[in-house]
Amino acid sequence: MMLVVSAFVLWAGLWALNIILARRLSEQHARIAVPVIFGLTLVLVVELMVRGLNVSFVILPKPSEMVVRLFTSYEMLWEDFAQTILKGALTGYIVGCGAALMVAFLASWSDFLRRGLLPLGNFVAALPVVGLAPIMVMWFGFGWESKAAIVVSMCFFPMLVNCVQGLAATNAIERDLFKTYAASPVQQLGLLRLPAAMPFVLNGLKVCTPLALIGAIVAEFFGSPSVGMGFRIKTSVGSLSLDLVWAEIIVAAIAGTGFFGLLLIIERSLTFWHPSQRR
Amino acid sequence: MSVVTAEGLSLTFPGDVQALKGVNLSIDAGEFVSFIGPSGCGKTTFLRVVADLEKPTGGEVRVTGLSPEEARMKRAYGYVFQQPGLLPWRTVEGNVRLPLALMGQDRRTADQRVASVLKMVELDGFGNKYPWQLSGGMQQRASIARALAFDAELLLMDEPFGALDEIVRDRLNDQLLDLWRSTQKTVLFVTHSIPEAVYLSTKIVVMSPRPGRIAKVIDNPLPSDRPLEVRESTEFLSVASDVRNALREGMH
Amino acid sequence: MVQWLARSVLPVMTIIAAIVLIWYAAAVPMNAGRTYMMAPDDAEIALPDLVSDTWAQKKPRLPVPHQIVVEVRKQATFSWIWKEKRRGYKRSLIYHTWVTLSSTIFGFVLGLVLGVSLSLAIVYSRVMDLSVMPWVITSQTIPIIAIAPMIIVIMAAGGMTGLMPKGVISMYLSYFPIVVGMTKGLRSSEPILEDQMKTWSATAFQTFWLLRLPSAMPFLFPAMKIGLAAALVGAVVAELPSGARAGLGARLLVFSYRSETIPMWANLVSAALLAGILVVSFGLLERAVNRRLGFRNAGDVTS
Repeated sequence: MMLVVSAFVLWAGLWALNIILARRLSEQHARIAVPVIFGLTLVLVVELMVRGLNVSFVILPKPSEMVVRLFTSYEMLWEDFAQTILKGALTGYIVGCGAALMVAFLASWSDFLRRGLLPLGNFVAALPVVGLAPIMVMWFGFGWESKAAIVVSMCFFPMLVNCVQGLAATNAIERDLFKTYAASPVQQLGLLRLPAAMPFVLNGLKVCTPLALIGAIVAEFFGSPSVGMGFRIKTSVGSLSLDLVWAEIIVAAIAGTGFFGLLLIIERSLTFWHPSQRR
Repeated sequence: MSVVTAEGLSLTFPGDVQALKGVNLSIDAGEFVSFIGPSGCGKTTFLRVVADLEKPTGGEVRVTGLSPEEARMKRAYGYVFQQPGLLPWRTVEGNVRLPLALMGQDRRTADQRVASVLKMVELDGFGNKYPWQLSGGMQQRASIARALAFDAELLLMDEPFGALDEIVRDRLNDQLLDLWRSTQKTVLFVTHSIPEAVYLSTKIVVMSPRPGRIAKVIDNPLPSDRPLEVRESTEFLSVASDVRNALREGMH
Repeated sequence: MVQWLARSVLPVMTIIAAIVLIWYAAAVPMNAGRTYMMAPDDAEIALPDLVSDTWAQKKPRLPVPHQIVVEVRKQATFSWIWKEKRRGYKRSLIYHTWVTLSSTIFGFVLGLVLGVSLSLAIVYSRVMDLSVMPWVITSQTIPIIAIAPMIIVIMAAGGMTGLMPKGVISMYLSYFPIVVGMTKGLRSSEPILEDQMKTWSATAFQTFWLLRLPSAMPFLFPAMKIGLAAALVGAVVAELPSGARAGLGARLLVFSYRSETIPMWANLVSAALLAGILVVSFGLLERAVNRRLGFRNAGDVTS
């Protein structure tokens, strides 16, 4: 009971601290300190509640147990990470987004192709493409190739739509300007269309990041070798080693957030000029 | 020698909009010609035809003795748009260097040229800024510097100061006049403002709408050396009143 | 009208036609292996025979479109209502689509409520903005499928099974676009109008109701469309680890174990149709609301 009460006290205390920090600290520091404290509060409160209410291990392990598992099983976790994220998700992400960019280049030369692809791409981007996962497993086998294939098909259309829109995102004055310079199509692409498309390209890459992770892990539910995050989650739920499941979730979260953060940094340095990025 | 000539020039847009009809005009080297008239009179369209941004549907245009397309391919003119149209991902220097890079000039010559035109528009010291870090007037000056960068004989300006306030506008008019006198370029200048047209030009082309056509061409007798005070002189006011009358007649 | 057909419909139709052609062409090499396997050793198979066989196999690697259409029409029955009730499993596609649709809509509504309330909190409280927003973004980089089994376990411990956990998983995917869109929308009202409200000394609620909420609508609807599509993905994915026996995702798993490719594709097509119907009908609602509020719709004639 003491632990539950202290959980509430801790919550109230740290929330109050956040209110003060949000007022006092400079914008830059508050943007980091406040969310970090919020996250820590959440973890601590869960830890205290699980202890205080004696929540069974097979429902929700303590956060501390998850972290311990993270360190004791790091070799297995690393293998799963390499199999699912590095081989499956990342390969598929690069191939899928790269292919979409190529097709978008083609479409930027042809108005007809653009008019055909854009509505179709928008429609397909709204479909549950993840359902193709079992078919990809059937076609490409249990290995990481089928995971990469489903990631390709999930990322392709959202990325395509963004790239096509991006390559068309120049205004009339800019196009006229390049015409008055008698610029070649290649010069126009490299110096005008591509830089103008960068905010859209990065947005596409951001949208595709969670899709790639979902696709790679889902595909493992339809068949995988005895390694991989989806496989491990499926089997560990069965054998009730939930701390391992949560350790996998933490790995997935770190990988996803880390990659997303990397994209944010790239976005910041490449599209610093865009109104949404100016400071 | 004529730099720009138009004979029986017509342009009809789809939907039977007659933007230009039967325009005859000849502009000599070193002239500063203003085009003035209400919206829809075809003044911007005329400039765009000269620049080969629109194709005429009738008549003929010669630019520096060539067809507009040939002139564009030879980069015979610099064009200043209504908005600065600076690329936001390039610095001011980078923007001014852009046409030079497109024309394949080597970096060192280009840099020297960029520095000198930035000085001409009094933007030296701002080369490393990004366009969105500058005021509207400074952006428009940068865009003029960009049009001057490759030293074309002909300068086409489409209401370059339209979006600026009167104080900035006066100052830029003054600078533009200095620039024109020192470089001896031919300038085609589209404007909405009567004082601006009279202050800047050697010749004022008054246009009227539906169909877009030339109502009157007025020669400006003011001396080429014009301090800002010239605008209070009786000569200035009489030219301005000529222009106003021509505009009023053109409306009928 | 003719111009509209030529400009908008023709390019889309051309690309769809190209895809169908490529599909039929690709089916031949993809399914040829089985044809040869079934034929006697070193038999010569003429091309027309090969083509007709690869387009009519029972368990092809890639079923061709007309096989899928036939299967959809065969399976899309209401027969479960009177015929199959006592049997352990149901075959009707309409039934399974309905199961998935119900959890999609349930999850979407949960996501809408959560998303809108979070964005209100974020817009009106700086502490919420600073502490919650980064975690909202982080939540989307954690693959839902990894957490799905845990959500099911935890909720089952609380006595909630079936629709509830599936709805929560759908909510997890669908609340995000709504938070982002709604927050952007609520902050999009023009400063000049905010000042105008201030000069009338309008209350915070009046400013919200009369200015901010209407200005947010053009942002909310596209966000809701994305959220709806995401809720469907969530519903399909949630059926995989939950041991569910009904729903398009659950069926997909069953058919994939049996390598019954044609029913698998029929399932996928129904999921796609469902998504299409949801998004299109939402688009119509969006047009109606925007027109009422006086916002310009994307397809409207300008000037």
